[in-house]
Amino acid sequence: MAVPSIPLSGGDTSGPSPRGGRSAVSSAIARAAPAAVSVGLLFAAWELYARYGGVRPTVLPAPSRVFGQAWENREALMDNAIPTIRATLAGFACSLSAAFLFSALVDFWPSLRRALFPLLIASQTLPLVAIAPLVVLWFGFGLLPKILLVALVTFFPMTVALVEGFGATEKEIGQMLRAMGAGRWRVFWLARLPSALPYFFAGLRISVTYAVVGAIFAEYAGAAKGLGIYMLNAKNNFRPDLVLAAVGVSAALTLVLFGLTVLVQRLAMPWERAAAERGGEGRQ
Amino acid sequence: MTRLELRQVRKRFGPLEVLAGVSLNVAAGEFVSILGPSGAGKSTLFQLLTGAEKAEGEMLFDGAPLDDHGSRFAFMPQRDALMPWRRILDNATLGLEVQGVPRRAARERVAPLFAEFGLAGFERAWPAELSGGMRQRAALLRTVVQERDMLLLDEPFGALDALTRAAMQRWLEAMWRRHHWTALLITHDVREAVLLSDRIYVFSARPARIVSEIKVPLPRPRTADASVAREAAVLEAGILDTLLGATDPQPSAQRRPKGDDHD
Ligand SMILES: Nc1ncnc2c1ncn2[C@@H]1O[C@H](COP(=O)(O)OP(=O)(O)OP(=O)(O)O)[C@@H](O)[C@H]1O
Ligand SMILES: [Mg+2]
Repeated sequence: MAVPSIPLSGGDTSGPSPRGGRSAVSSAIARAAPAAVSVGLLFAAWELYARYGGVRPTVLPAPSRVFGQAWENREALMDNAIPTIRATLAGFACSLSAAFLFSALVDFWPSLRRALFPLLIASQTLPLVAIAPLVVLWFGFGLLPKILLVALVTFFPMTVALVEGFGATEKEIGQMLRAMGAGRWRVFWLARLPSALPYFFAGLRISVTYAVVGAIFAEYAGAAKGLGIYMLNAKNNFRPDLVLAAVGVSAALTLVLFGLTVLVQRLAMPWERAAAERGGEGRQ
Repeated sequence: MTRLELRQVRKRFGPLEVLAGVSLNVAAGEFVSILGPSGAGKSTLFQLLTGAEKAEGEMLFDGAPLDDHGSRFAFMPQRDALMPWRRILDNATLGLEVQGVPRRAARERVAPLFAEFGLAGFERAWPAELSGGMRQRAALLRTVVQERDMLLLDEPFGALDALTRAAMQRWLEAMWRRHHWTALLITHDVREAVLLSDRIYVFSARPARIVSEIKVPLPRPRTADASVAREAAVLEAGILDTLLGATDPQPSAQRRPKGDDHD
């Protein structure tokens, strides 16, 4: 018997067209161009002002001086960047695990949400400036206080992202899975967890920037090594050029981590690309 | 032989009365449609059958009370509910996986059906890469491979354009003639109901009651020759009158069911 599938699959068989390599590169350049221009202009204006504006280099060093000093002190900077990276990643890993566990619990027992969210929100109002020295006072100059502070600033956004992500599961999918005979755990694993992925990655992109700031704050409050303590020492030695060099390193670090999350998202959610490519065409 | 039987099933959501005593039955191998205006409570009825909501009244399957909801029905929700993060093949095997069939075996059972469902070559595609009609067929495939006693189809073609919908209806009729599933279909498309069903229950607007039960004695396939098509058209006109009369005390042009745009 002929099943009339031919008229249905009319324009469907062509498949997604492969993206041209060259056009991808040139479009990437085109996208990066505005950012490069604005950054370049900013540096140019800064350089001109620092040179001819009559400010002393101990107040505002020119970018050329900052880059020069950064290069000269590259070993010290690297030496201090590594503990910061370690604190950031360790703190972030702890906070992610805790956020995952907690958001899953909240998803299974929604009353937990009402019990504990006020506490979490309150934790976000603690001023880092006040809390960082205290945490260092309690837990010493080691890794632990840094982990705690990084976790403090990233746990809440990650938890909120995950809880909302679980809640964003399509109602029909849940109903269908239960009709198939799936229990709560099965529904969580098969539907709620993957539904939360876009929210998770959105939260991740934001939190990863907080994480670096949190680690630097913790080091600023007291550490043997790290970008935070390096900045503090440079400031006390009247070396704003080195402070800015360290700021540049932390900015680069944040950008790299941000880029990594985007990359991981690409790998973890390959269907998003397919959706984006089809997005332009009209649905049947 | 009667498989599903509902007696005076009632449902209210708080103050909102949705089902005001619905009685219906579906025999083995029978294709039955529920036709009703939007918001009448049709999907709610499926929520009761799949166990998502509790109701008053009796729901019997093969004469026994319907308590083990999971094992009787293969349910296709109103939206296709394909998981965007699973390839079409993995979406199709979902029900089997939940039943505990190993992934490998599930894939082997599902793969040969792709051609019949017009999805050959799209096993590894993401749902986002499919057209609306293909998504519906993928969702239908995911539903029928569960090999449950009965299919519950909630407006499977409601979101499609008129042309694709007509093609899909013919395709489903051909599939049903081959497989003789026991099926309960929700629709607000009169033509769809007449084309596919052995019997049609017409629901009133909310709170829903059954305003009429219509047998469709037409020979199948119902699209093949002109005389059958004419009879079907007469039947359709009658049903539309019942539907508009029952649902709408005001001028009928305003609240016509949305499925009848091509009539
Ligand atoms: N879980 C729920 N809680 C409260 N009200 C609900 C719930 N589910 C459905 N309703 C209400 O019940 C009524 C009937 O909804 P239902 O989805 O069954 O309509 P329908 O006949 O399927 O309509 P359509 O043809 O548009 O799909 C609606 O007014 C809806 O708001
Ligand atoms: Mg509905």
